Amino acid sequence: MSFRRTLMLALLVALPSSLHAEYADVVINKRSDAAGVRPVVYPHWFHRIRFQCRVCHDELGFKMRAGANEVLMVDIVEGKFCGRCHNDEIAWGAERCDLCHSGKPGLPSRIYGGHQTSGPGRW
Amino acid sequence: MSWSRRSAEPVSTSPGSRARCGLFGLLLCGLSAAAGAQWTPLARDEVHDPASPALGLLQEPAEALSRLPPDKAGNMVDWMRALNEGAIKPRASLKGDATVRLREDEILLNKNGGMPMVRFPHRSHTQWLDCANCHEHLFKSKVGANRLSMLAMLQGEQCGVCHGAVSFPLTECARCHNTPRPPPNRTATK
Repeated sequence: MSFRRTLMLALLVALPSSLHAEYADVVINKRSDAAGVRPVVYPHWFHRIRFQCRVCHDELGFKMRAGANEVLMVDIVEGKFCGRCHNDEIAWGAERCDLCHSGKPGLPSRIYGGHQTSGPGRW
Repeated sequence: MSWSRRSAEPVSTSPGSRARCGLFGLLLCGLSAAAGAQWTPLARDEVHDPASPALGLLQEPAEALSRLPPDKAGNMVDWMRALNEGAIKPRASLKGDATVRLREDEILLNKNGGMPMVRFPHRSHTQWLDCANCHEHLFKSKVGANRLSMLAMLQGEQCGVCHGAVSFPLTECARCHNTPRPPPNRTATK
């Protein structure tokens, strides 16, 4: 393998693979792959235009650590967590699976995003 | 709200400029493209499945974010300006009658370090967050009681729970380290 190719490979490994994801996008794939659906992509940017942080992280009880929240579809259908808004009233309801489960299969759960820092070392 | 300012900023992602880059130029181009790239379409953002039926239905980042006050990091949006200028009006609660607890004081941190001091503004934080989001599990509500560490923040602890993940990133040193130290007092004291 040429020096040039080795260097390119090293760069590919060294640079985060999520350079193009929007800053603070969260991929949630705790159970999706196993359940045969695409992982969830949660866009912070979209939600913070419409809601202050406190709505989800205080009222709805989402911990501020990607991966720290145990959210099951049954919770959402029952109106907890995402289901407080995703109920066909404020936002689309839980039957529109594909709109949230839109991620690339196999992506690990974590916070993504490319502008200058790719999220903290621990989530 | 400015619509035109963003288009005036240089964007180094044209195929022609990439082709002229040498090996190390390629690295620099890659890094500058990553820093200057404006809102990749969802189909190419490497987290959405290009085959997902949601694409075309979900709002594209560029559609929403290009209309907001620009910034040079994170979402490339100055979220505080967006909020203060009314470009966005995010709800404070899902209940109609919720009261927002705003706190106006500022706290000087890093009084003995080498960097300029940090002027922590409670106001801009409480415009988004509730007291309970930071107190008491992340920070004790007593000035001087918290041992802060950039190393911890870079690992996603303390301020790094948000800064570097969702709020402006930790590479924006001077936004927090913004207060020059007074010149050292050279008067001899007993």
